Amino acid sequence: MQTNFTPEQLADPHVAESESILRKCVHCGFCTATCPTYVTLGNELDSPRGRIYLIKDMLENSRPADEEVVTHIDRCLSCLACVTTCPSGVDYMHLVDHARVHIEKTYRRPLKDRLARVVLAAVLPYPGRFRLALKAARLGRPLAGLMKRLPFLKTFGIMLDLAPARLAPGSAALMPGTHAATAPKRGRVALLTGCAQPVLRPEINAATVRLLTRLGVEVVLPAGEGCCGALVHHMGREEQALEAARRNVDVWTRAADEGGLDAIIITASGCGTTIKDYGHMLRLDPAYAEKAARVSALAKDVTEYLAGLDLPRREAMNRTVAYHSACSMQHGQKITLAPKILLKNAGFTVRDPAEGHLCCGSAGTYNILQPEISATLKARKVGNIEATRAEIIATGNIGCITQIATGTAIPILHTVELLDWAYGGVCPQELETAGMAQ
Amino acid sequence: MPETIAFQEPKRSVLARRDAIVEDLADLLPPGCLISEKRGLVPFETDAFIAYRQVPLAVALPETTAQVAAVLKYCSRYGIPVVPRGAGTSLSGGAIPQADAVVIGLSKMSRILDIDLANRAAIVQAGVTNINISEAVSANGFFYAPDPSSQLACTIGGNIGMNSGGAHCLKYGVTTNNLLGVKLVLFDGTVIDLGGKALDAAGYDLLGLVCGSEGQLGIVTEATVRLIARPEGARPVLFGFPSSEEAGACVAEVIGSGIIPVAIEFMDKPAIAICEAFAQAGYPMDVEALLIVEVEGSEAEMEAMLASIIEIAGRHGVSTIRESQSATEAALIWKGRKSAFGATGRIADYICMDGTVPLSQLSHVLKRTGEIVAGYGLRVANVFHAGDGNMHPLILYNINDPEDAARAEAAGNDILRLCVDAGGCLTGEHGVGIEKRDLMLHQFSQIDLNQQMAVRAAFDPHWIMNPSKVFPLEGRPAA
Repeated sequence: MQTNFTPEQLADPHVAESESILRKCVHCGFCTATCPTYVTLGNELDSPRGRIYLIKDMLENSRPADEEVVTHIDRCLSCLACVTTCPSGVDYMHLVDHARVHIEKTYRRPLKDRLARVVLAAVLPYPGRFRLALKAARLGRPLAGLMKRLPFLKTFGIMLDLAPARLAPGSAALMPGTHAATAPKRGRVALLTGCAQPVLRPEINAATVRLLTRLGVEVVLPAGEGCCGALVHHMGREEQALEAARRNVDVWTRAADEGGLDAIIITASGCGTTIKDYGHMLRLDPAYAEKAARVSALAKDVTEYLAGLDLPRREAMNRTVAYHSACSMQHGQKITLAPKILLKNAGFTVRDPAEGHLCCGSAGTYNILQPEISATLKARKVGNIEATRAEIIATGNIGCITQIATGTAIPILHTVELLDWAYGGVCPQELETAGMAQ
Repeated sequence: MPETIAFQEPKRSVLARRDAIVEDLADLLPPGCLISEKRGLVPFETDAFIAYRQVPLAVALPETTAQVAAVLKYCSRYGIPVVPRGAGTSLSGGAIPQADAVVIGLSKMSRILDIDLANRAAIVQAGVTNINISEAVSANGFFYAPDPSSQLACTIGGNIGMNSGGAHCLKYGVTTNNLLGVKLVLFDGTVIDLGGKALDAAGYDLLGLVCGSEGQLGIVTEATVRLIARPEGARPVLFGFPSSEEAGACVAEVIGSGIIPVAIEFMDKPAIAICEAFAQAGYPMDVEALLIVEVEGSEAEMEAMLASIIEIAGRHGVSTIRESQSATEAALIWKGRKSAFGATGRIADYICMDGTVPLSQLSHVLKRTGEIVAGYGLRVANVFHAGDGNMHPLILYNINDPEDAARAEAAGNDILRLCVDAGGCLTGEHGVGIEKRDLMLHQFSQIDLNQQMAVRAAFDPHWIMNPSKVFPLEGRPAA
């Protein structure tokens, strides 16, 4: 569509990139149909096409962000369903990333929002702080109801609600080091430890290490690595995100140079989408552009990597699994079939919930910052999943696991936990409790 | 350079009362259902006909028929123009606002109200998307037949406004042939029901009049549509030809021999490349023209019909014939075709024509279209419903270059005149909108138009409903 930027504006590489993205949009409106917020709210301003227009208007006029624009950009889940749908190839992801940075730089949020964001950005990416916060949350939980009624404390009340009642012991998380292959060696990978996942559900990476080493893959957990930066990246805190990216690029580059790496394995698809984008995020940094591109090329979701290992077909085990494809998996990384084929070959009966393209409402910190829309989407997602009458839910992202688990009694697990079990590992505790261990 | 299309002069009295109007509308609508700040209005300035834009005075997003009626009643009382909007996917600018207009968007009215399989009917709100109707009855073996390429996003209300078609209309007819009834809000807020689940309504066929009236006779808030049982099987087959003319002649002979497949879609070489880039459907890239012919029915029926078509295609030098081998492949073939316009955005801006010609003229019009566009120094991609002669040349241009844009518009006008002169019409399914308004006198005499405007005035005496569209600004009755 038509754009109206001056050569001076286009001298900024970020603006130039956004302009070229905008030029591809022909305003056909297809994206509205698969956008979770448009489907929920019925207002074009809460659709990709509406947001693209708001962003275009703001950038063309070199205008600071204002409340109207921020409201509608904030409601975007960054689920990227629109990117899958768009026939014109509009790179909405990088456009909205740019808009978020612009908002962060030019807009002063009300104090209570600023406070909530500062706390989230200072706690979630750091496992130690996050674990402490969750412990405190257990004590604070009785206050959640009261806090949610006070506008200033509402967000914190919601956080208390989301905190899990049970917390895995700190020692359960894997420590940095190398896990040798227990079968003839056929590969060497690094595994992202991450930030929130090892605190909320250390079983996921434990299962990954068990499965991979049994399959002959050496797994390295390099020291010094941390949060991938996705969380702050989606808040528009670009410096903080790039700092996280650079740190991880350094760590993985060293690991790759020292012992060689076939892949960097990621077990949370939300992180995977961001790490695969490091090459783009750091493209303007001469010291890092090349290294980051190398890291992005090595990054693989665990199911993507396993699909290349030719796992043997197992006998049917008479368990039905509803596979929930995380947005970051299907839209962000375009991985749609591999996890389902792996589960089927492992002996599970796999069912696809209706409206599989719609987000569950988790979306990083979205369920904390946009609780109403998030709750509507969660209910819709859980309804569709329960309609499959499956016994187990499998997915590939910790955010979805946390979100969906609060809405259904069906046990929800990471795909790799089920695969580990099927290929000779341990039965996940949730299934044992539910009497499903065989 | 040709003159650009003018909007109706905004009423100064309305613009002057803007703040009061917004305040009043806020009283008529629930919270969150009115947009009145400049920032929020800009995204509503156009639809999928992006060459023209105009920011409206306000946007109302009512949740009920009663709210639509209240807004219309208010607007007619003060002579405020109203522009209805579904999903804003119009390719003719049917939903483009004007400066003094209140847009009434039906996007919040998106519920399916009743599915009545015994009567093969569904009652849906106007903001339901076309594909949602088919999806809602798919498990029962039914579907809603008209399938505009934008069916993923476009709404049934918009389909009724433009009497939309689609690939499968060759066999099943367009919207008007699949519409059983509507709930219609008139200009003054009166709510009437036309038609119903029965096959024919008593008295005048006012439903036929409303379907395709481009939001000028009232605003549809609910529709009763015909459901059709899905066939036993369906199979798209790709036919590649060494020239567009031969592909066009093949279509004419297939139809002329009495065969009616479900769909015959045409793509020329540029269109094939565009669609393949998005869908990776495996279209043959080495042919000049491609026909997607879909046959349906029992295996024996499909085989018999295909055999006849293959024989005819052979007489027209067909070079490639490929049957889809799986449901996934069939879905990809259609995904590519239906995304053609949007996918064009990957290589250029475009305007999409919608002229319809008698099939005997198809080859001639295709050839002349190419010559016309080349004469303006532009490129064209053709992707259209060949079976019913509904052509969609996509004229590729650069919207950031005003001269290029003017040439594209001029080329489009020449092509539409060509279609009319070949015995066809200006619009097969996209509607007149604002895009083809000033060409209406090439299709009709002023006397014809006067009669049409008299009908319009019977529904909307003060011309507040979508007034910049369909009829040339000159020659209208004095206000």
